[in-house]
Amino acid sequence: MTTQPVIRLDDVLLVSLHSDMGDEDAIRLQDDIADRVASVAPRGVLLDLSAVEIIDSFLARVVHDMAAVTATMDAVTVVVGIRPAVAITMAELGLDLGGLCTALTVDAGLRELRARDEVRDRERP
Amino acid sequence: MSGPVSAQAIHVGSDLDIVRIRKVVREHAVAAGLSLVDQTKLVTAASELARNTLVHGGGGEVTVSTEGDERGTTIRLVFADRGPGIDDVDKALTDGFTTNSALGLGLGGARRLVHEFHIDTEPGRGTTVRIGFHAPNRRGR
Repeated sequence: MTTQPVIRLDDVLLVSLHSDMGDEDAIRLQDDIADRVASVAPRGVLLDLSAVEIIDSFLARVVHDMAAVTATMDAVTVVVGIRPAVAITMAELGLDLGGLCTALTVDAGLRELRARDEVRDRERP
Repeated sequence: MSGPVSAQAIHVGSDLDIVRIRKVVREHAVAAGLSLVDQTKLVTAASELARNTLVHGGGGEVTVSTEGDERGTTIRLVFADRGPGIDDVDKALTDGFTTNSALGLGLGGARRLVHEFHIDTEPGRGTTVRIGFHAPNRRGR
């Protein structure tokens, strides 16, 4: 199978998922992200789902787990680019990404991470 | 249109077979003229059910066909396994029910996404799930 690209953009990791990914690829990617977060110490992870054609309960759980693992390692995950048809289907299926930060595009996701950083810096004593 | 247009049988033995099934179902959905949202609903339901066949049924076979009759076109999918079967079908169709670590939305969620849903199961003899999705040319939809 193709390897999943995890790209470093300055102090952010950009992770792109796609629909040819099998379940085991998704689990492997989850491990890769944890390793990269540990070595790079990014301020955030952008999980780009714009090439993902469906999100079923398995993939939704993997996305939740990815966000939970990076949060534990002090990096915020922003899920970006969910397609409208995918969002509609998820709602009907009863799946949500409750509690996860989402943005429509990679750009908006980067702005979201920057805004969060500014809030954190202000609150620092 | 009359009689089965095409039928494909796909063996489900690994997680990559689920990816193949998603592709084949998408091809049938596009050919039947389903909207993007309807394509997505059907492929998502197929992905959930194929994973059940693999994980709970220990593998099996999925058949995809497009049928036409006087009322219009219907895409039919059959998921068959010879696994342990389901003890309590009503409970298995309830959101939140799960026997492994998934979210437990698979069976009930898949049923909500399609127009027809039938399940035959017996403990020790396996499970067969049949679903149908009507194309927009179908009358009385």
